Amino acid sequence: MSSTDISINKDVHHAHEEHDHHHDQNFFEKYIFSQDHKVIAKQFLFGGIFWGFVGGFLSVIFRLQLGWPEATFAFLEPIFGGWIVNGKLDPEFYLALVTMHGTIMVFFVLTAGLSGTFSNFLIPLQIGARDMASGFMNMLSFWIFFLASIIMFWSLFLSTGPAGGGWTVYPPLSALPQAISGSGMGMTMWLVSMALFIVSQLLGGVNYITTVINLRTKGMSMTKLPLTIWAFFLTAILGLLSFPVLFSAALLLIFDRSFGTSFYLSDIYIAGEALANTGGSAILFQHLFWFLGHPEVYIVILPTFGIVSEVIATNSRKPIFGYRAMIGSMLGISLLSFVVWAHHMFVTGMNPFLGSVFMFLTLIIAVPSAVKVFNWLATLWRGNIRFTAAMMFAIAFVSLFISGGLTGIILGNSALDIQLHDTYFVIAHFHLVMGAAAFFGMFCGIYHWFPKMFGRMMDEKLGFVHFWLTFLSAYLVFMPMHYIGIAGFPRRYYSWTGFDAFNTFTDLNSFISIAAILGFTAQLIFLFNFIYSIFKGRRATANPWHSNTLEWTTPVNPGHGNWPGEIPTVYRWPYDYSKPGAPEDYIPQNVPFSQTQSSNLPYERDLE
Amino acid sequence: MSTSTTLEAPKTGTWDGGNEPLKASYGKLMMWFFLLSDAFTFGALLIVYGLSRHSHLPYTGSPDDFTFSTEWWPIPEKVFNAFPGFHGVDLPLAFVALMTMILILSSVTMVLAVEAGHRMDKNDVQKWLMWTILFGSIFLGCQAWEWAHFITGTDEGMLLADGTRIFGANLTMNQYGPPLFADLFFFITGFHGTHVLSGVVLLVMIFINTVNGVYHKRGHYEMVEKVGLYWHFVDLVWVFVFTFFYLI
Repeated sequence: MSSTDISINKDVHHAHEEHDHHHDQNFFEKYIFSQDHKVIAKQFLFGGIFWGFVGGFLSVIFRLQLGWPEATFAFLEPIFGGWIVNGKLDPEFYLALVTMHGTIMVFFVLTAGLSGTFSNFLIPLQIGARDMASGFMNMLSFWIFFLASIIMFWSLFLSTGPAGGGWTVYPPLSALPQAISGSGMGMTMWLVSMALFIVSQLLGGVNYITTVINLRTKGMSMTKLPLTIWAFFLTAILGLLSFPVLFSAALLLIFDRSFGTSFYLSDIYIAGEALANTGGSAILFQHLFWFLGHPEVYIVILPTFGIVSEVIATNSRKPIFGYRAMIGSMLGISLLSFVVWAHHMFVTGMNPFLGSVFMFLTLIIAVPSAVKVFNWLATLWRGNIRFTAAMMFAIAFVSLFISGGLTGIILGNSALDIQLHDTYFVIAHFHLVMGAAAFFGMFCGIYHWFPKMFGRMMDEKLGFVHFWLTFLSAYLVFMPMHYIGIAGFPRRYYSWTGFDAFNTFTDLNSFISIAAILGFTAQLIFLFNFIYSIFKGRRATANPWHSNTLEWTTPVNPGHGNWPGEIPTVYRWPYDYSKPGAPEDYIPQNVPFSQTQSSNLPYERDLE
Repeated sequence: MSTSTTLEAPKTGTWDGGNEPLKASYGKLMMWFFLLSDAFTFGALLIVYGLSRHSHLPYTGSPDDFTFSTEWWPIPEKVFNAFPGFHGVDLPLAFVALMTMILILSSVTMVLAVEAGHRMDKNDVQKWLMWTILFGSIFLGCQAWEWAHFITGTDEGMLLADGTRIFGANLTMNQYGPPLFADLFFFITGFHGTHVLSGVVLLVMIFINTVNGVYHKRGHYEMVEKVGLYWHFVDLVWVFVFTFFYLI
């Protein structure tokens, strides 16, 4: 154990770590119940990829129904059995599909899979720590997530189907098991799974925050942190403050469903029969849900802000433009994300004045978002750009974020929202800005940090094929949706052919479905590349991208404890790329200024 | 340009890394952040209480003529006026005041335990932890009585429009007022009670460790401090629950 560590781990933790070094870990300790942040990160990554394919597959199935509403799908019977009735998708099955697609993608892939992977992997490596503050709680976080995953996955195979009330599970639909079959056992399991999921997120979150505050190596001040760490840090804070509110909301919903309370229920007739519940409010649930739900979209997108900033700076061989503005805009976005939730509820009959307040706050988010976009563009501007697969995804991320963000300004208007609410315009907006964009950020991160994770490189050519097919299909799927959305085409409808207004969109819907199938198929290329490269990829060097951050100062395959010797000390910010006068176009963070006399700026230390 | 020696050394300010900028170990920080998030859980529940209450009518008549009715939210003094052994006597909020005092007293003994831990005085830590466990358990016992009384109801009950009477409260009906009043009472005080119970379990665990000298060998009683943070938080939440349910 190095001497630098002692001041940090005064506790049992220290003794425990020392203990780990002395005996050989068996298979279970090393790969299954591991407390090493790198292994836990990979576990989250594999989990996320698995869920990503499940979620994507579900979307392909309901796109079949939307694209070819008159066709029969008898060939699906061997997979879905009773859910295919006379070759047609059961309508309640369709609702379950869209519900589970949303739940899986938002929570299990883009929250657990994204933060779980990159926060776990990069926080200790980039701040110069041996591991997370509490390896045990970190392990617990993954295994509780695993338990939540099993319950959610199991619910897919119930004969009454998984939850079907939409991923937002609004009561009274979700609260009354007799309403639809998707509100029965599937909904119960959804709630149990989500409660566990929240516990897992909180365990992970306190760990991320504490690690960033307490375990930074010598010299790693808050303003020398790579932007990834700032992003993960703020993401963890958002999760820590918003998930508990969903937890409360879910507990109350469990009581309404199972114990006869009336928190969300009042004056309901179902099948001609009046229910005894009085006094509750369904709108109350929406407030609680969206108090989580809105920060949740930033929990999804903030980590990718960090990843993309890092990858763009590295591959443009230029310092990130406006480092402090980037931090400031992330702080601003995090703060604002807590005070805009009711823009999801403009049409619930809320006071129009209140609506205008939320509209005002919502539109302010465009400012920090634009700061970030301009900073990325300015970083790219006249850069010495290297088009790696990760860089392609990073640039495409910026493109998708702009396209999706612009429609956010439209949707944020409470008056325009009356027309656009619950149409495919909303679907197009959030899929571009937080769905596709976050996925691109995640791919960007996987391609970029794959060498550090597995010691091998992913295949660049396959990466490009994967990129172009994914990029094209993302736009081909979501651009036409704006068009049908403006025409009023409603989301979550199983069948729309009965409405004359929407029949003209048959071809467009088939087109979207074909693009969606193309996009899903392209992910198989990624899967092949990913698995193949783990075993057979080209061996990586210690710093293949010539990057400045600390993770690249570790050996090719960092062991438990990350650095074999002492933890490196940090002297400079992480973005000294192409510094005038320096022999190389990068200067890692652990190089002292005394070794770079030729490139030191006057008053270098005062400028930090 | 500075000399090379200053260029060689990293900065050593509070936030420059390699130290604990908030002067707290990772365990304590984790507890603080957990409590912050738990505060949001309770915050959400108390907001639910506030909104539910405001969607019901208040009682507008004279307090002396107050009767239980599903038409209006009850006056707390009229609901919580029983005391064990004083059947039929109107003692508004007397019992809950006693409960609150006991819980606050347990916070005091907890502070004393933490303070004894700083002095590395094992016997004092044991003594004050014991008192804290005792007061915490008494609080839980009081809550059990309070719940039992709330569930059983008063002798008069509530007269319904069809002439029947209902007694006590459960999750679906409530003699004291709208069903939601009982739902929220059970849920929020129950949720808080679960926290107190977890706290007592934690206290028992650290008590056993203290007796076995685990912390003394470790050289510090930080675990007592961490559980203490949790315990004070649970007390603080009770002050808010008390205010919401019993005072306003």
